This record gives sequence, structure tokens and C-alpha cells, in this order.
Amino acid sequence: MLPTPLTEDLRQKIAAAAHPRELAVDIMLALQAHVGYLSDAAVAEAADLLGMTPVEIDELATFYTFIYREPVGRYVIHVCDSVICWMNGADSLAEHLSRRLGIALGETTPDGLFTLLPVCCIGYCDRSPAILVNQRVYGPLTLESLDALLQTLKSRGRETAPAAEASP
Amino acid sequence: MIPAQAPYPQVLFRNRQPDRIATLEEYRRSGGYEALQTALQTLSPQMVRGQILDAMLLGRGGAAFSTGRKLMTVADDAPRPRYLVCNADEMEPGTFKDRVLIHADPHLLIEGMTLTAFAEGACCGIVFIRPEYEGAARILERESEVARRAGLLGADILGSGFDFDIVVHRSGGRYICGEGSAQLNALMGRRPNPKQPPPYPTEKGLWDQPTVLQNVETLACVAPIIRNGPEWFKNLALTETGAGTKIFCVSGKVRQPGCFELPMGVPLSEIIEVHAGGMLPGSEFKACLPGGASTRFMPREFYEIPMDFESLRLAGHRLGTGAIMVFDHQTCLVAATLNLITFFARESCGWCTPCREGLPYIRDLLARIEDGRGEPEFIPMLKRMGEHLWKAYCAFAPGAASPLESLLTYFEEEVQAHIRLGRCPFRER
Ligand SMILES: Cc1cc2nc3c(=O)[nH]c(=O)nc-3n(C[C@H](O)[C@H](O)[C@H](O)COP(=O)(O)O)c2cc1C
Ligand code: SF4
Ligand code: FES
Repeated sequence: MLPTPLTEDLRQKIAAAAHPRELAVDIMLALQAHVGYLSDAAVAEAADLLGMTPVEIDELATFYTFIYREPVGRYVIHVCDSVICWMNGADSLAEHLSRRLGIALGETTPDGLFTLLPVCCIGYCDRSPAILVNQRVYGPLTLESLDALLQTLKSRGRETAPAAEASP
Repeated sequence: MIPAQAPYPQVLFRNRQPDRIATLEEYRRSGGYEALQTALQTLSPQMVRGQILDAMLLGRGGAAFSTGRKLMTVADDAPRPRYLVCNADEMEPGTFKDRVLIHADPHLLIEGMTLTAFAEGACCGIVFIRPEYEGAARILERESEVARRAGLLGADILGSGFDFDIVVHRSGGRYICGEGSAQLNALMGRRPNPKQPPPYPTEKGLWDQPTVLQNVETLACVAPIIRNGPEWFKNLALTETGAGTKIFCVSGKVRQPGCFELPMGVPLSEIIEVHAGGMLPGSEFKACLPGGASTRFMPREFYEIPMDFESLRLAGHRLGTGAIMVFDHQTCLVAATLNLITFFARESCGWCTPCREGLPYIRDLLARIEDGRGEPEFIPMLKRMGEHLWKAYCAFAPGAASPLESLLTYFEEEVQAHIRLGRCPFRER
């Protein structure tokens, strides 16, 4: 299922760690980056690599916001709905996204391009209302700048998503 | 936005620039790493601990515990290895100072961690960072390497024989991971539930070894303290009870949301009117949460309060993280509290019943009131449920109780109005 160089790389990382378990989240994120989400097979793989049981991995996987146990789109859009963004119109951003993408929060577009999710305060309240796209922050947004952003993402289409690099 | 001419001494933000981090050279030019050099050559770990204690440095992560006292609880003959954890989780809604600090001057944190590790006798530093701060995580990895190459980090630092290194640990993202004991579980690849002491982490923490855990901003204060002395640090504050500066991050209905480094004890009114540019046009100050989502609403009557830990404590409030969230007269505080409680209900780790069951119950009552389906008896129910939150296992739930309890204390009339009118008075009909 997984390419040997990836598992070999992870195996080496784990061998170098004082306590393999401390890498649990890193390993899950690495497998997720490769598969697209943390599939059952990836859970089994992580367990095997870390010397843990699949259930122990799942217990962690389901706990964390940024580990996905279901397939997600190429662009995962997290809309901040905490109090500052709420005051600044997060609801209308979310509604607008839902309408434009034709999906509700928690869903993925049929073309597999976008997943829409709510998220707690992302630590950019000075740039509120803010959203994350593949962990990169955008804000303060208006409905117009949101449309422009969607357009860019769509036309970038199925190209590889850029690595997350948040700015201050 | 950074004020063109900062009127107060800038200690943590002295090298802050609008759009890039300060380099190692810039940091050194401003006196950076002098404290480390002095400490390693002329001071004992006990002396460094003593200076941190004398400076009255209190934790900036929310609990305001004395950093010196925490370091003192690590016994001289405590086992090794010992760990130093830097809490860069910063998931408290409204709080973004640690991100801005790391992006401004990463070496201030690296030097502060190294000095604290020297004081503790720790060999390994771990920065626990939320996934939204990937940019900051990369900065710290890159700048740690720069420091390593300069002999300021790693083995035999500055030829002193002291070894200390820093790794960055990325979280999967969950608010409870910011709580110290939960964070240690997260670091060990366990489910991040909190754990009550004893044993205290300074005795048995990470992998059962002595562990000190501090907030980013707290650690950033350490090098300036060692360089300039405890008296200097204390005198930075405007009040007798305060010490040092504080990064206030202001958001909400102000013209210029952002982070401002100001002396401890600066009046709330000055922060809002001068540094954050005043209220938005057409907005009047109604209340603020002075230190993140886990603090109490402070209404207008506290507008002139000096913002330091002790002054707020005496007034029955908490400075928390110093994240000031400003609400105006057009904002419904029932709806705001409902939003905050929804956050807490979502982020509860689920370990204990008062929190796991209580928060959705409170959320439901508040949602009904906000929707115009409230009943007068909901108010005593909310009060009782809020009190139950204090019986929870960790400080998360009492934090969640704070906005609710203060809503009912200061704005009960607003809640009553919802029930009386059968609708939210702030919404158009
Ligand atoms: C629910 C909860 C979340 C917390 N989140 C953070 C956090 O994100 N960052 C932080 O520094 N402290 C956080 N704290 C406080 C820590 O438990 C701990 O007191 C602090 O990190 C110690 O460092 P300090 O003394 O330097 O403040 C949180 C506490 C609770 C109860
Ligand atoms: S109070 Fe909430 S967050 Fe803390 S242990 Fe209980 S359920 Fe978990
Ligand atoms: S409330 Fe949205 S970024 Fe903080």
C-alpha cells in the first residue's frame, strides 16, 4: 500500500527517537499527507510502525482536529467560528462558502476539490474574519475577497497544493 | 499595526519589524545572548533561579504562577534527564501574542529557553506548537539551527560544558493540549487528557522525569531579566503589584486590533483608546474579556482598571493571557456567551462528567434564550450549572464558567430582556 521509501524513512525516524510514541502525531500526519487522509490502512500502518495497537492510534486520531479519518478534498477550508470571527461575520462567510461550493459544513464537493469545516479560534483574531485553507491563513476576508480566493483555488485546480506557510 | 513611536520601553518587541523576523545579528546587536554568556560564565543555576524569582515573573500562559517558585521546586539532586517544555499551543480564543512574538524575535525565546534550562538543569527543550502555527514552527527550527551553528545551542554551549537542545513538536490541534498536564500526555503520544497532581510535573513529568513547562512569553522574559536584573524588570511595571511588561493582544470592536507590549498595570482605557486606536466608529465600549475566553466579562465600570494580575484579582477578575476581546453596545452578550460555551463544549476532552455533560446543557439553555424560547427559570438553572463546572477535573471547566457567570452577574438584565421579549433585543425583527 505505502511506498517503501516513505515507510523506510518513518522507520528510521522512529528508530532515532528516544520514545517511539512521541512521534505518534508526526507519523499520523505523514501518512495522512501521503494517502490524503488517515485511512484504516494508514491507522494499521501507524500502529505497526510505532508498536502500538490500531485502537490506540484511533484514540489519538479521532481526538485531533487536523487528522482526518475520512477522505477530504484537495483544499480543506476551515472557517473560524469563535467569538471574534463570529462578531465579524464568520456566519456569512460560512454561508457564502456553502452556497458557492454547494455543500454544507462537514462535506466535500463531488469533484473532490473542497472540504468545508468549522474550526475554533485559529489565533489570527487580529485578521478576523479568518479562514484556513490547507492550514494557511487568509484574513480579514470580505465576501468579495473570498470569491477571489475561491477562484484562484479552483483554477489552480488539481495542481499540488502548496505547502502550508503561515505569515505572521 | 505597530505604533510608529512606541511610548514605553519595548523589551520583548524591541526588534519587532512589520514584516520579517529579527536575525541573529540583529538580536545580538540589541544585547541578545549577553545574558546567556554571563550566566554560563559567572552564575550558578541557583543564582539564575533566584533572579527569576526576585523579578516576580509570573506565568503569562494564563495561570500567573511564579516561574521562580516553579523552578525552585526542582530539587538540586532531582534525577536527569530533566525537560523544559515551551507551551506554544496558544489555543485560547482571542490569544495570538505567542505567534507574534515568535515571528518578531525567535532568538529571544531560544535564549530564554536556554537560560531557563540552565537554571533547571534540563538538557532537552521541546516547543509544543499548534498546527495553525506551522510558519512559527519552521522559524523556530531554522533559527535553532542558526543558534547551534553559532555555538549558542546544542552541545557545550559557548564552551561552558552545558548541553541543551530544542526540538519542535507539532500538535494535531486541540484546545485542551494547552493545559500543562494534558500537553505532557500529548507529547508522550497518549490521549491528551489532563492529569491531576501529585506527582507534580517538576517531580515526575515527561517520561516520569522532572519537567518545567512555561508559556512562550514567560520564557521570552527570562533573558532580559538576567541581563538587566530583577529590579529593572519589576520597575518596568506602572504599578507596585506588577512586574515587567505584558503583550496585550487586542481584538474585537477596536480600530487597530493587534499586539502591544505595554508595562504591566497600564489602564485598560489607555490600551483601548491609545494603543488599539479606539473603538470602531459608531461603537461604544460595553465590556471586554480581559484575558481570553476563560476570563470574566469586565463591564464599563472597570474601564480605568490597571491591567496587572494583582489588580484584576483584587477586583474579582483574572488577567489570564492578556488577550483583550472588546465588545460594543450593539453586540448581544447572550449570543457572545453562547458562542464561547459552544467553543468549550466542542473542545471539552470528555474525561469528566460536569464538563462533558454540563457544557452542552448550558449551551442548549443559552441557545433557547437567544432564540426567544427562554423561560424565567432558566436563569437559576444556568447559575446552578455554572457552579457545577467548578467540580470538574481540570481548570478547563471553571474557565468555561467564567464568561457565563459574569454574564449573569453583570448583564442579567440583558438575559431577562431576551426572555421577556421572546426574542433577542439586538436582532432586527
Ligand atoms: C484549558 C487550558 C488551556 C490552556 N492553554 C494554554 C496555552 O495554550 N498556552 C499556555 O501557555 N498555557 C495554557 N494553559 C495554562 C497551562 O496549563 C500552564 O499553566 C502554563 O502553560 C504554564 O506556563 P506559564 O507559567 O509560563 O504561564 C492552559 C490551561 C488550561 C486549563
Ligand atoms: S474539565 Fe473538561 S477538559 Fe478538563 S478533564 Fe474534565 S472533561 Fe476534560
Ligand atoms: S476568533 Fe477567529 S481567529 Fe480568533
